[in-house]
Formats: sequence, C-alpha cells, structure tokens
Amino acid sequence: MLGTARRISFLILILLVITSVFGIAYCSEQTVETAAKGSSLPWWAWPLILFIVTFVLGILAVLGGVGGGVLFVPIVGGFFPFHLDFVRGAGLLVALAGALAAGPGLLKSGMACLRLAIPVALIASACAIVGAMIGLALPTNVVNISLGATILGIVLIMLMAKKSEYPEVKQADALSSALNIYGIYCEASTGRDINWQIHRTPQALATFIIIGVMAGMFGLGAGWANVPVLNLMMGAPLKVSVATSKFLLSVTDTSAAWIYFNNGAVLPMMVVPSIVGIMLGSIVGVRILAKTKPAAVRYIVIVMLLFAGARALLKGLGIWK
Amino acid sequence: MEKEAKGLSGQLAYARILDKGMKIGLVAIIITFVIYLTGILTPYIPVSDLPKYWGLSVHKYLEETGIHQGWSWLGMLGKGDFLNFAGIAFLAGITIICYIRIIPIFFRKKDFVYGIFAIIEVLVLTLAASGLLKTGGH
Repeated sequence: MLGTARRISFLILILLVITSVFGIAYCSEQTVETAAKGSSLPWWAWPLILFIVTFVLGILAVLGGVGGGVLFVPIVGGFFPFHLDFVRGAGLLVALAGALAAGPGLLKSGMACLRLAIPVALIASACAIVGAMIGLALPTNVVNISLGATILGIVLIMLMAKKSEYPEVKQADALSSALNIYGIYCEASTGRDINWQIHRTPQALATFIIIGVMAGMFGLGAGWANVPVLNLMMGAPLKVSVATSKFLLSVTDTSAAWIYFNNGAVLPMMVVPSIVGIMLGSIVGVRILAKTKPAAVRYIVIVMLLFAGARALLKGLGIWK
Repeated sequence: MEKEAKGLSGQLAYARILDKGMKIGLVAIIITFVIYLTGILTPYIPVSDLPKYWGLSVHKYLEETGIHQGWSWLGMLGKGDFLNFAGIAFLAGITIICYIRIIPIFFRKKDFVYGIFAIIEVLVLTLAASGLLKTGGH
C-alpha cells in the first residue's frame, strides 16, 4: 500500500517536473514572441512561475544530491525572460542562502571541518571575485556558451565520477600536517569513530583557483566541483567532503554575490521568490528523502541539466534563441 | 560529536553567529519583500514596469533606470524595492561577521597561521563588499 503511494507520489513528481520544464519552454517562446509586440503576461506572472519552479528545483536538488544553484542558473537562464546577469546574481544568492542555512548544523555536528574549509575558502573566495568580474564584463553570448559547456561538463562529472566513502590516505602531506588539517567523526550508521587526514593539498588548493573563478563567473555555486576535489583528490571522507563543501559555499558565494550586488545585478523581485521557493522545496525534499530515495531522480536531474546546458550553449551560439 | 566539535578552534563560535545571523537575514528579506509587494513603501521602479528592465543586461538596466552601482542604495532605503537590499546585504555580510568573531579565538590559542588566514579572508570579503570593484560594460 505504502509502496503504491510512493510510486504514485514519484510519478506525480516526474509529471510535475516534465510539465514545469515544457510549460516554461512554451511560455518562454511565447514571451519572446510577445516581447516584440509588448508582453501579454501580467508583471507578477513570471515571479510567481519562478517561485513554483524553484520550489520544484529545491525538491529535486535534495533528491538528486546537487546544489540548488547548479540547477537554477541554466534552467532559469535558459527558459525565463530574465537577463543572464540577474539570473547569475540570483543564483549566487540562492546557493548562498542554502549554504548559510545548512552551515550551523554541519559545523555543530562536526561533519563540516572549519580547519579544512578556511584555507580552501580563502583561495576560492578571492578567485570568485575575479570570476564574477570577468562574468559581468564578458558579452552574454560568450557567457552562455561557456555556461552551456560547463553544465555539460558537470553532467559528465555526475555520470562518471566515483565517490569514495572512506578514501585511503596512507600519509598526510607536509602542508596539511603543518596546518593540522585532520579530524575524527562518529559514523552514525555504524557507531564507529572515523579518523581522517588528507593529502595532495597543494594540488587541490590550485584546483580551487579554477573552481572559484567558475563559481563567480556563472553564479552556479560549486558543490559539484568541491565534493570530488575534497573527496577524491584530497582524500577526505565523503560525508566530511559533502558537509565541508556546503559550508564552503557560504564563503565563496559571499564574495561573488557582493560583486553582483554592488554592480546592480540583483533584482529583489527575482531573488526573494527564488530563495523562499528553493528553501521550501528543500524542506519538502528532505522529508521525501527520509522516506525514499528514488535513484531515477538523479537521472531526471541529469537529463534536465543536459537539456538546460544544451539550451545555454545553443542560445550562446545563436542557434536556439 | 558535539563534544568533538568543541575541541575545534572557533568552529562552535562560528556556528552560533551563523545560526543567529542566517535566521535574522531570512526573516528580514521576507518582511522587506512583503512591504515591497504590498506597496507600503513606493518602489523606485514600479512593479508593473519591471518586465521592461529584467531582460536587459545589468549595464543597460543601470543606464535606463539611473540607478548607481555600489552602496548608493543606502540612500534609497525609503523605496520599497531598495528596502529589500538591506536584508540581502545583511545575509551576504554574515560570513564577514563570523570570521571577525573567530580571529581572536585563533590568536588566543596561538594558532597564528589560521588567525592570519581569517584576517585575510575578512579583507577579501570586505573588498568584495566595498563596491570598489566595478566592471566594464558589455
């Protein structure tokens, strides 16, 4: 009985997603057409649609194991009438609000490691400023092409990257030893204390230069890149990597968000419905996740990203306007 | 785990401020948005005119609306739309406050490297927030 109810809920969720994506695509085309003649939709229609869509994105982000920002920017940028400058500003604030909300719990529980985050955040946040400035200075079609290529790259990472629950780190490197970056946490599922240390710190810090620039340039958040680097390159346990990455976003996105904010690329009519929508969606998503974890949702997220990434790329190339 | 986190320099102090600040910031953006939507304070850009501007690049938008970059919004807090910026700026400023809080903790524990890292981070975030970094048009 419960299984049937779950299947029905899941089916409704899928239908909701498909309807939203295609509905928005349809509305978007209508708007492009009507914009030339003078828009037919009342002013409140798009913020309302934005709220509904971000609510659904919030649910999917939790179930698909991705951050809200990575879904928000390509989907809203591709199918809404808002300029990419404002979408990226809102995307950063959406990712920032999510990271700020999760941060206290992750730090208090010891899952996120401040000692690991501080040097990484310093590099990523400084580079995010550079990325944000480049992103706002570049022509929109160039940003769309790069965004599309990045999103398609993220899809590849999601499909191919392996995760390691407890990576083996035989010996900590000199830099992480000097900085005393190591830790211990209690694995709730087994009750076992997990000691961890990291390696390849200099290489990872260099990688965070690129991650920071990309986070600022595209307003994506950067959990999709943070987690593989912390987990696979540095060797932090998966849970520590995920938690530290989420916390890290609160610092990286702060610096980039200020650049967008101070350069005028923040519209409250977009930002507030998006933040509230995605946060409410995340709350519902966490409740659904507690009962079931449909693996298919991850593939729905991948298909959505593939579609949105292709849209951004083709929009940038002038093929699909 | 809570006990374990207590052993980590500054982590709990950071978490406590972040927790309070995040809640205040979220409540602030919701209240200011309600004020904006209900029209209690007249917005600088009428809400019905927004569709004319949100499809423009930020440079064109600033040009056409006469809005200035940086902290000029502080002088326009009496307008419903600009009032929202107070909540958003607060939300974007919490991390700086959290870092300022942990600097003395690191120095008290003679953890000078992390103390210096935290100071540099405050400087980086303050530079980003200062409005000094402006971008050219596209």
